[in-house]
Amino acid sequence: MPKISRDEVAHLAKLARLAVTEHELDVFAGQLDHILDAVAKVSEVAAEDIPPTSHAVPLTNVFREDVVRPGLTQQQALAGAPAAEEGRFRVPRILGEEQ
Amino acid sequence: MTAVADLMDYAEVLERFDPVLGLEVHVELNTDTKMFCGCANLFGGEPNTHVCPTCLGLPGSLPVVNGKAVESAIRIGLALNCEIASWCRFARKNYFYPDMPKNFQTSQYDEPIAFNGYLDVTLDDGEVVRVHIERAHMEEDTGKSLHVGGATGRIHGAEHSLLDYNRAGVPLIEIVTKPIVGTGDRAPEVARAYVTALRDLLRALDVSDVRMDQGSLRCDANVSLMPKGASEFGTRTETKNVNSLRSVERAVRYEMTRQAAVLAAGGHVTQETRHFQEADGSTSSGRTKETAEDYRYFPEPDLVPMAPSAEWIEQLRATLPEMPAVRRDRIRVEWELTAEELRDLFNSGAVELVEATVAAGAKPGEARGWWVNFLAQEANTREAELTALPITPKQVARVIELVGSGELTNKLAREVVKGVLAGEGEPDEVVEKRGLKVVSDDSALLAAVDAALAAQPDVADKIRGGKVQAAGAIVGAVMKATKGQADAKRVRELILQRVAEQ
Amino acid sequence: MTDLTKLTAAELAGKIHAREVSSVEVTQAHLDRIAEVDSFVHAFLHVDADGALAAARAVDDAVGRGDAPASAIAGVPLALKDVLTTKGIPTTCGSRTLEGWIPPYDATVTRKLREAGVPILGKTNMDEFAMGSSTENSAFGVTRNPWDDTRIPGGSGGGSAASIAAFEAPLAIGTDTGGSIRQPGAVTGTVGVKPTYGGVSRYGLVAFSSSLDQAGPCARTVLDAALLHEVIAGHDRMDSTSIDAPVPAVVAAAREGLRGDLTGMKVGVVKEFGGDGYQPGVQRSFEAAVAQLRALGAEVVEVSCPNFTYALPAYYLIAPSECSSNLARFDAMRYGLRVSDDGAHSAEEVMSLTREEGFGAEVKRRIMLGTYALSSGYYDAYYGSAQKVRTLIRRDFDAAFEKVDVLVSPTTPTTAFKIGERVDDPMAMYLADLCTIPANLAGNAAMSVPSGLSDEDGLPVGLQIMAPALADDRLYRVGAAFEAAREPVLDRVPDLTRGGFVPAGALSPAEAAK
Repeated sequence: MPKISRDEVAHLAKLARLAVTEHELDVFAGQLDHILDAVAKVSEVAAEDIPPTSHAVPLTNVFREDVVRPGLTQQQALAGAPAAEEGRFRVPRILGEEQ
Repeated sequence: MTAVADLMDYAEVLERFDPVLGLEVHVELNTDTKMFCGCANLFGGEPNTHVCPTCLGLPGSLPVVNGKAVESAIRIGLALNCEIASWCRFARKNYFYPDMPKNFQTSQYDEPIAFNGYLDVTLDDGEVVRVHIERAHMEEDTGKSLHVGGATGRIHGAEHSLLDYNRAGVPLIEIVTKPIVGTGDRAPEVARAYVTALRDLLRALDVSDVRMDQGSLRCDANVSLMPKGASEFGTRTETKNVNSLRSVERAVRYEMTRQAAVLAAGGHVTQETRHFQEADGSTSSGRTKETAEDYRYFPEPDLVPMAPSAEWIEQLRATLPEMPAVRRDRIRVEWELTAEELRDLFNSGAVELVEATVAAGAKPGEARGWWVNFLAQEANTREAELTALPITPKQVARVIELVGSGELTNKLAREVVKGVLAGEGEPDEVVEKRGLKVVSDDSALLAAVDAALAAQPDVADKIRGGKVQAAGAIVGAVMKATKGQADAKRVRELILQRVAEQ
Repeated sequence: MTDLTKLTAAELAGKIHAREVSSVEVTQAHLDRIAEVDSFVHAFLHVDADGALAAARAVDDAVGRGDAPASAIAGVPLALKDVLTTKGIPTTCGSRTLEGWIPPYDATVTRKLREAGVPILGKTNMDEFAMGSSTENSAFGVTRNPWDDTRIPGGSGGGSAASIAAFEAPLAIGTDTGGSIRQPGAVTGTVGVKPTYGGVSRYGLVAFSSSLDQAGPCARTVLDAALLHEVIAGHDRMDSTSIDAPVPAVVAAAREGLRGDLTGMKVGVVKEFGGDGYQPGVQRSFEAAVAQLRALGAEVVEVSCPNFTYALPAYYLIAPSECSSNLARFDAMRYGLRVSDDGAHSAEEVMSLTREEGFGAEVKRRIMLGTYALSSGYYDAYYGSAQKVRTLIRRDFDAAFEKVDVLVSPTTPTTAFKIGERVDDPMAMYLADLCTIPANLAGNAAMSVPSGLSDEDGLPVGLQIMAPALADDRLYRVGAAFEAAREPVLDRVPDLTRGGFVPAGALSPAEAAK
């Protein structure tokens, strides 16, 4: 299994939107490496023919009726917002593009 | 704005390259509620009023799938001749964006509900192109952001943004084609025709409002070029959110000429998303694939798998309406239309009205004539939709019937229709009120004929001398005298009969 | 007058419903106890005295009118883990990022408790977003183990377990993703149950790892846990993974168990759990427990579940992967903490800066671990393989339950460890969940019931009982029978009101065996 580098940790932090410090990069690189080393053990028994389990209960087809239910008022929706304006959540300027 | 790109002449593009298309269409379903919660699925409204813990992504909230949305997805899949998955799941597509409340989109990844289908698309000249469908999958829409400050409404230069999550969680179906090859110079037309055909199909299924202007139908166009004779696809670009049928055609054409110029100059096409500029029909560079996110898809643990039974699928298949392409073909054959007439009929948006008029007893040709010509003009004058005119197919059929029985002339019939449009009542009432009945009393007509012949003896002589066409002048005089309420055909008969007698 | 805080929930309910004592008195007694001891136990992050007393009054009014009680535990107050949403009451999940957040809605568990007439005393401390085994990862300070103030109360639900062990509440709700109800139960000498996955609605349970999380009861007796279990369990249309089946008859099973006869029950001892790496006192306590089960009439056999040794690594891939996605919503846009919103920073920067500041080290570590395990190129080797291990563990359980009715093991390899002992060694911390994780991965039901005190340190040890999915009742039958045959451990918990903690660990083996 690959050793995880400081650069990889920086990349992960970026993907996960965590502005980690230089010090954290060092600490996490060591710890993640240690943990990944231990958990890589799963591949020992994960043979090709074993189906993966994504859900603990074997349920299928759980659907809802297409019926409107009362939700939140605008006031309730915005009550926890760090900032709001004109009935909307106010956020700092967005740099990136929509996907 | 970046410098204007070099473009290659379109004819030259086609001499040197073969275009390859791929179209991704997002459709907002017209269900009553959102994909995963019971909030109303409504366009617009006061901001953040159709929201709940689930579609706001509040901590602890959970999704539950809207069964109606799954039905719509399966019906779309069936209408697109797709296979329906016997087992499939939702997945999480992980990326951060402020208009996405959970910072993952609940979507389908490698297990779409429908896959491997096709849609036959008819071009303007009647040629049919089969577009193969890769997949149709379910997902949810995002909220909307409003950028405040700086250039109006644009993301660049904005000081801050305002978020409204009314649209967040609205059910979306994404329909993706397989690469469309071999269309040559008609690639832009095929792109437009495909989106048009898809729109008509979705409308017939009644699963979406399919309003491109409101964003309930959105198209992303993938275009690449390969040198003539090559078999390997070139690098593609994806032009996002092209929001009208005409724009689809323009965007594809623009990308073909732009990419050709890049390739001809020895450059490489960058794999990127591009934005269509409505104003000048160009596309501009967006996000490149190098900086693209790693979406880290994994099966959505909060939702259980879907396993539509064969029985359920067959029940849904039974609800499918006649497919637009099949219907087009049936109408062409039944009504004996040329390709051009068929196109005009469909372009007029009068098909349903004509069908209803025919169903009310009118002949197809006459029904079509009324709607596509006279009534279309009336609608145009009033700047109204044809369907919004205050006249019913049944009323039109009655007018046609009155003409057929000789009770109205075509000219009078138009008066009657105008009367109906003016709210004067049923056609028969208009005839009555306006006194528009054809003068069918021969004695009254004969008096008028005699008077006209007497007034123009030279014409009478010409007729007698064998110049039958000269009777037109007498017909005109009689019609004038009867204020047009006579049947011209009968008048002509009487003239010839009278002249022969004299 | 009897000290109301010393009574069981069943006893309190009996007295309240018989109008021997009012719910207000009971609730007030617990609020007083909290005021007295919580400054050093620190089980609570938020105490809602007004809300609890109002709910208690409503129960008293109903009882006074002669109405049938809303539930078997109507009027008995409870402590709620701060990971379940409570409308109008702060919900922090032990995280700075949610400090001050007041949810606009109730979790289904919260709603059921309110409808059952259960006064909610407050919200209990926990490892941030339920990630941890010691409650040291709370952003709001550590909870102390009522048995020894230098030791951890377990985690992530250390606050819920400690509140019960410290007699601040007769009942509590915990959540269990890898052992967060059972391991705190074991190290505080209390009962903790992780119901079958899907047995209790997750709606309003702030997700750590969606496919593993399950809320369940914490109590001082098995019967009390059963009474609470019946109140919170049941199908919920708001949770797609909720099982639409009758709730197992856990109260009846507990009463059956209290008769002290396990004749006809087959108990399997998991061969893979025990031996090297297990504290000798824990091992000895477990052996005594097995002997006790045999004495109660159960047939005990050894069962091998070879893939259970892969459960811990699989868990530390699945849980972080799901959490990396579940915690993405804490982005400073709609609720919670926001830092650096100074006009100079973009939304993207504010997101990253807030998440950096709002999350603690363990949460960040797991988010990055999960981000790695899900990223393209690594998915198959890590997340994909872990999901296959999940299948293998399920198969091990299926095979075992063909031979036996329940499986048993120590709940956790050691007694409560020292505060600070494992904070810098994540892998050592993760070992606390070694025995509890398989039940989460398979979705089975499992319980920790006190099995006495370890002879070397005098600290509580837990016996874990595991049952097949939807057979939660078996846990209660076996657990209650076992409990009835043992000395109650909580009689020996230090009296916190007399000058704080009495150091434990000084007990001689002879004393501990009493």
